[in-house]
Amino acid sequence: MFQFIVRRLIQTIPVLIGVTILTFSMVRLIPGDPAQIMAGESASQEQIELTRERLGLNDPLPVQYFDYVSGVVTGDLGNSIRNGRPVADEIKVRIGTTVSLAFYSTLLSVFLGIIFGVFAAVRRGKLSDTLVMIAALFGLSMPNFWLGLILIQYFAIGRDVLFFNTGWFLASGWGTWQQMVLPVITLGTAGAAIIARMTRSSMLEVIDQDYIRTARAKGVKERIVVYRHALKNALIPVVTVVGLQFGALLGGAVITENVFAINGLGRLMVGAINSRDFPIVQSGVLVFAFLFVFVNIMVDVIYRLLNKRIDLN
Amino acid sequence: MPKELLKVKDLKQYFPIKGGLLGRTINHVKAVDGITFDVYEGETVSIVGESGCGKSTTGRAILRLDEPTAGEVEFDGEDLLALSKKDMRKKRKDLQVIFQDPYASINPRQTVRQILEEALEIQNVVPKNERAKKIADLMEVVGLGAHQADRFPHEFSGGQRQRIGIARALSVDPKLIIADEAVSALDVSIQAQVINLMKQLQRDFALTYLFISHDLGVVRHISDRVIVMYLGKIVEIGDKTSIFDNPHHPYTKALLSAIPVPDPDAQSERVLLEGDVPSPINPPQGCRFHTRCPFATERCRVEAPELRNIDGMKEGHMGACHFMEEIKNGTHQVE
Amino acid sequence: MVKATDILDQEPILEVKDLQTSFFTDKFEVKAVDGVNFAVPKGKTLGIVGESGSGKSITSLSILRLIQNPGKIIGGEILFKGENILKKSEAEMRKIRGNEISMIFQEPMTSLNPVYTVGQQISESFMIHQNMSKKEAMKRSAEMLELVGIPSPKQRVKQYPHELSGGMRQRVMIAIALACDPELLIADEPTTALDVTIQAQILELMKDLQDRLGMSIIMITHDLGVVAETCDYVAVMYMGKVVEYAKVRDVFKNPKHPYTVGLLNSLPRHDIDLGDVELQVIEGSVPSPDNLPKGCRFAPRCPFATELCHEKLPDLEQSDNGNQIRCWIYTDEWDGDQEVDVSAKRTT
Ligand SMILES: Nc1ncnc2c1ncn2[C@@H]1O[C@H](COP(=O)(O)OP(=O)(O)OP(=O)(O)O)[C@@H](O)[C@H]1O
Ligand SMILES: Nc1ncnc2c1ncn2[C@@H]1O[C@H](COP(=O)(O)OP(=O)(O)OP(=O)(O)O)[C@@H](O)[C@H]1O
Ligand code: SF4
Ligand SMILES: [Mg+2]
Ligand SMILES: [Mg+2]
Repeated sequence: MFQFIVRRLIQTIPVLIGVTILTFSMVRLIPGDPAQIMAGESASQEQIELTRERLGLNDPLPVQYFDYVSGVVTGDLGNSIRNGRPVADEIKVRIGTTVSLAFYSTLLSVFLGIIFGVFAAVRRGKLSDTLVMIAALFGLSMPNFWLGLILIQYFAIGRDVLFFNTGWFLASGWGTWQQMVLPVITLGTAGAAIIARMTRSSMLEVIDQDYIRTARAKGVKERIVVYRHALKNALIPVVTVVGLQFGALLGGAVITENVFAINGLGRLMVGAINSRDFPIVQSGVLVFAFLFVFVNIMVDVIYRLLNKRIDLN
Repeated sequence: MPKELLKVKDLKQYFPIKGGLLGRTINHVKAVDGITFDVYEGETVSIVGESGCGKSTTGRAILRLDEPTAGEVEFDGEDLLALSKKDMRKKRKDLQVIFQDPYASINPRQTVRQILEEALEIQNVVPKNERAKKIADLMEVVGLGAHQADRFPHEFSGGQRQRIGIARALSVDPKLIIADEAVSALDVSIQAQVINLMKQLQRDFALTYLFISHDLGVVRHISDRVIVMYLGKIVEIGDKTSIFDNPHHPYTKALLSAIPVPDPDAQSERVLLEGDVPSPINPPQGCRFHTRCPFATERCRVEAPELRNIDGMKEGHMGACHFMEEIKNGTHQVE
Repeated sequence: MVKATDILDQEPILEVKDLQTSFFTDKFEVKAVDGVNFAVPKGKTLGIVGESGSGKSITSLSILRLIQNPGKIIGGEILFKGENILKKSEAEMRKIRGNEISMIFQEPMTSLNPVYTVGQQISESFMIHQNMSKKEAMKRSAEMLELVGIPSPKQRVKQYPHELSGGMRQRVMIAIALACDPELLIADEPTTALDVTIQAQILELMKDLQDRLGMSIIMITHDLGVVAETCDYVAVMYMGKVVEYAKVRDVFKNPKHPYTVGLLNSLPRHDIDLGDVELQVIEGSVPSPDNLPKGCRFAPRCPFATELCHEKLPDLEQSDNGNQIRCWIYTDEWDGDQEVDVSAKRTT
């Protein structure tokens, strides 16, 4: 297993290099003069030249790239254009928020997805199966921001129902549980829907397998057949989906953070895009890419742990 | 003496196993490892052996469906392995193949007529205006009846589908038909129909069969000569009567004795082989059968036996065992 | 109607009476098992033969009540030690499955759960039926592996199914089935997916275990050789019905039903040279289940069929030699040639 993880880490090196090339080129591919953009619209010619020199834009491209990568490795991501603070610091104070948002949302989608997926599969063809699948379709097609706004409308601002008001949760910020519930639901719903559908179809496939019949023939209780014999096998393909889903989740985090005014990476990036703060955008993309790659390594490890048929070497 | 239609010499088929970080070839599956045999015009030669011994691989290598690693394949005096891809495709007119699962090798969205028309089109042996008649003839020949030509494969039963496969193979007037487990998936009552059909077609059209099967009952009924394979090598070859009534190789004997006889009074003395067939990736040194052979000695573990004929064997009957004489005389000593 | 137990020399452990199991598909009802009768003698082996789709597997799954939707047992009785299994509750059924009646399946490659070790899968039976602790069950599992002839059982219990060969996996299946000393073992084509030399090992093992443990076996197969070798009684099935039921010797030496005769005749033999004669065939093929013949199910393919056969379904009746046969020829109503000799053309 250790060997596998090491090999998997080595394999990500080319991916990470690709990502840095991409973010590196991002700034250089923007139409117009990057130095002009970075120096700001009202900058004088002199200031622009100075910026060019400071950013090393006069060096040959390979040298520029090398400087950039060594910066990334040592944690020097340059300074924000807007406020001049080191980009690394800006990211550091926010990354925890975004990661915890993504983590809780993933947890929610996995939990709900599996429960509803199994529930629907066991009741294949019955009304409850159809209802769950329709609900999943809804969850899947509901735009993130819209769901967020609806939740705020009903559960933060709240409605008067009989003797109480449904404004149980808070609509902005991150930290207390009242602040966290709505964004996590907003971000986790689509994932839950996808995982539910995947779990259901995977369960249906597994439940028809010969080894399930073997378990029943042993006199195993149906509940144990479903949860011990079938589910563990059915989860194998679901795990991969969770990994891929994580990419969409990061995209969704950008929107969710803005809807709920959460001071995370996503909100930082949107602000940076609006104010053309390219060093921040560049590094934000880089961090998201690293997160995605890292999560997928974890998924691979879990996949291997579940799937005994794969030889670890 | 009939002439040789197919000559296979020292045929080898190694499949690379990729592995490691860079996907290099780290080893080989030695699926077929140096086999030599001839097939004469108009006869049926069967290849038998347990799963994975290389029967199908041999057939595929002869047809160049997989390019063989080494060896010679001579068909009708022509070196098949020297042909260009294009010429080989033309040559397939003379070498047709029938597979175990006819459904997997026919397009389910085509009617039988379209399937046969396509086969005729590819080889272009029958002029366009005569094709309809040819198809009607073929349908009658394989016992389906011309009126069924416009039906789809799924509307036929397993045995009938196998007849479609035979009709397609016959459509181009081939000389040799390689039948890979062609009747294995069929129920006995249907299997008998298809076997009878194949035998009759052989008489009518002077066909030569290379018949690949693991069912020794069927093989005894259909073959003139039999090749017994074990782990990519031929262990015994000979005419049918010799192989079934006078087997010399310990593996052939064990194989034959392992088959249950459909007669409750039959007194069978069974040679129970222990263990499983070893992997073809690192096959045993020396005689490949030595890990399971009840007669194996030190010599078997080191030296690979060659196919040879001994006293008391008919001409053309050969076995690859060091101790055929001793085992026969009952003087063999196992250390 | 005759009673299946009439021809037994022993007490029956299981008696199946007029069992009917159907699948309700969108378009029509598939009568997979359509009035099956047989009995299994104590300590002996009953073979069930018949071609693909004749209802062998569905019969055996019905005995354990493991038929899944859209299938349903719609009639009959299954008497196990005199009690009707079909009347039992699901909880009572679970106590029987894997404990008093066990089953092994055709596909050793797919019948074991890939994500649990062999030991865990055998242990489960001990833990369910004998309330053993995990540790104790694992120890017993290793003993079971030893019993079925798997070398170094202590290491093997920790292995996953994919690490074993097909023959080994079938041994593991047998170990699971025999864990709780069942009185009846149902083996559904236990060797069909295996090579003959491995088949010989497995059949030998089953025979040996039967001698030692004294269980009864239902051996389902389409290989008449396996039947001749391992069974004491045989039920021949055709299209969801038993057409001939008799002692094994009587079926092979003195078959009565035209289908049984046809089956034996169309079998190419490896032990006898039939020369250049054609194999006898049964003409035509099995009708599709949505197009069931009205009379005798075999009538469309039977060389002896008369008007009566096409119109009316015969019952299972006792013939003069004791075989139970579902065929008009052996009844008083027979309207064809009175001298007809069904097995006249036998080649072997
Ligand atoms: N394309 C391939 N790549 C790698 N290995 C292969 C390939 N084709 C066949 N093999 C291996 O070669 C060996 C011989 O296979 P082959 O299909 O010829 O056996 P066979 O005698 O036809 O068996 P069966 O009775 O199961 O059809 C097997 O071990 C198989 O796994
Ligand atoms: N789930 C299902 N839905 C509809 N029909 C089914 C289903 N399962 C089985 N059948 C039908 O029941 C009949 C009997 O099937 P069964 O599996 O018992 O045959 P078998 O005798 O065991 O054949 P084989 O030798 O191929 O295993 C077949 O006609 C089959 O099509
Ligand atoms: S050479 Fe030796 S090992 Fe090989 S078959 Fe003959 S006796 Fe057995
Ligand atoms: Mg093959
Ligand atoms: Mg079956």
